[in-house]
Amino acid sequence: MTTQNKMPLLSVRDLCKYFHLPCGRRWSRKTISVKAVDHVSFDLYPGETLGLVGESGCGKTTTSRAIVRALRPTRGKILFSDSGTPVDLACLSERQLKKIRPKIQMIFQDPFSSLNPRMTIGSIVTEPLVINKIGNAKTRKEQMAEMLTKVGLKPEDAARYPHAFSGGQRQRIGIARALILKPSFVICDEPVSALDVSVQAQIINLLRELQRQFEWTLIFVAHDLNVVRYISDRVAVMYAGRIVELGDTETVFNQPGHPYTKTLLSAIPYPDPDRKMEYKHMGQVADPGHLPAGCSFHPRCSHCVELCRQKQPDLIAQGDDHFIGCHLV
Amino acid sequence: MKCTADSVLSIEDLHIHFPTDQELIRAVNGVSFSIPRGRTLALVGESGCGKTVTAYSILKLIEKPGKIVSGKITLYPKEENPVAIASLHPKSDTLYRLRGQMVSMVFQEPMTALSPVHTIGSQVAESLRIHENKSRKQAEALTVDMFRRVGIPGPRARLKQYPYEISGGMRQRVVIAMALICQPELLIADEPTTALDVTIQAEIMNLMKELQKQMNLSILLITHDLGLVAQNADDVAVMYMGRIVEQGPVRKIIKTPRHPYTIALLKSLPGLHPAGEPLESIRGSVPSGACIPPGCPFHPRCKYAQKNLCDRGRPPESQPLSPDHRVACLRAEEIQA
Repeated sequence: MTTQNKMPLLSVRDLCKYFHLPCGRRWSRKTISVKAVDHVSFDLYPGETLGLVGESGCGKTTTSRAIVRALRPTRGKILFSDSGTPVDLACLSERQLKKIRPKIQMIFQDPFSSLNPRMTIGSIVTEPLVINKIGNAKTRKEQMAEMLTKVGLKPEDAARYPHAFSGGQRQRIGIARALILKPSFVICDEPVSALDVSVQAQIINLLRELQRQFEWTLIFVAHDLNVVRYISDRVAVMYAGRIVELGDTETVFNQPGHPYTKTLLSAIPYPDPDRKMEYKHMGQVADPGHLPAGCSFHPRCSHCVELCRQKQPDLIAQGDDHFIGCHLV
Repeated sequence: MKCTADSVLSIEDLHIHFPTDQELIRAVNGVSFSIPRGRTLALVGESGCGKTVTAYSILKLIEKPGKIVSGKITLYPKEENPVAIASLHPKSDTLYRLRGQMVSMVFQEPMTALSPVHTIGSQVAESLRIHENKSRKQAEALTVDMFRRVGIPGPRARLKQYPYEISGGMRQRVVIAMALICQPELLIADEPTTALDVTIQAEIMNLMKELQKQMNLSILLITHDLGLVAQNADDVAVMYMGRIVEQGPVRKIIKTPRHPYTIALLKSLPGLHPAGEPLESIRGSVPSGACIPPGCPFHPRCKYAQKNLCDRGRPPESQPLSPDHRVACLRAEEIQA
């Protein structure tokens, strides 16, 4: 995908989200700040899919939540330019946000807890239209039926409740709910990790099909590297709140530059008994509350030198659209 | 796979039902397999296929209203006579002795498998104190030794820690230490790494393989991840709706699968797929165990299903394609992946 000559749909600059947790003895006012997301910057171009990967606790979900402003970022800019002029989502008020939210939708991980068990499928899917005061009862119903068909359910299902559906079908309902507002930008937070393999493939195919039809721009958060490789155009690898490598999916997977990416890739169990894993032990994940000085990956890195212990590396371009945050590349 | 003299476990024609007020759920319908000493058998399938229930039945851990309706489960302890499990009372002394000592388990969620109100040291030492009558001191020394073997750093200091104080990967190591402390012959690992990150998963699986070699352990690995199976198992049994549809050595199952379900599972993995092409998915979803389709249970989702052949009569019997590769499909001879 050629990305240079286009305007980015979303550009995130120096996004930080710190959580302040109490520490020390009870009643003490001491807090530590947990740097869940720390100076994350990237651009997202219309129609592309960016995969966000990393181990649990690396800040991938926090990043995506900060972008939809489910969380207020501590610092940084989130420039969203759907209508031409960029708007900084990070400093909009709730009222201003409400106008822009229909453009940005989210699909959640757990299809069981993300649907209200006491609402029918019809009312779940039409609720976004009601909230945003779009159309009237009749047009809403028509649109709802259309969306249900689009995601592979029947319009008759509208009267049923979530418990009557399987995991895969519920995920389809979640997708219909996101789809009905005709968003230009969708964030999928681990949309298939709760599903079985055979159903997982159905949902991935559906997401790709819808993306083609509606020209969605996607951020795809997942810990399953094979799924990310399959669906994304570009990948950002996160470690301890920072992006450590960003680039074209095939480049990152075939020629990973950062030692962390290399280790992460070597840990994928490949479904072929003749291709043995070459994973080497590398110790504990960094605790985001007590990050080491310098590069946060250095205690686990086998190539670590003195510089790594002192200075945090910046994300530096290595060739076309391939950024690596390591002193030693 | 026929039961050989050197197996630790053999299961023959096992049926497990869950009668509820409204319906009868047939969770396991005629499962047979055996695990040779020192090898790993992987039981693979989607959720609800009966793999966990089968594993739990080995120690009679099935909760009411579940019942073993028929079938034989036999354990072969090294220095004792074979024990027929299915007919034992769930609270019998024999079972009490076998659990933890000959057969032990590693569960999916390490946090729920550990007691939050006891130190990890005392939890691991508990089975030594119960099964081997060790004194507190001896048990502690052995626990420290075990912690070292499963790669827990600073083992002595860890004894006094509680599960909430350690990370998920460490907790799973504690659970493994707990399972292996009495030198069992069979380890049942029920989705041992599903709750963990890939890097930790790789470490835990490597650890299990290492310990297997040291202790000549047999492992029953229950998982839905075919990647994990390819990397860690010797033999594979693929389950669908309470039946084993295909079983054989790992290389044959992964490279030359013959049952349409196995073929479809492998094709739906994004890792084996060139990007850009749509993934091959299996249509529909797994039906409930209360209304198993007639004929081959997989026929409504199968793309090789033939009218008037696959949709009637009894489910197909498992047939040997070669001495160690069995497939339960009427059209197995014609199907090539």
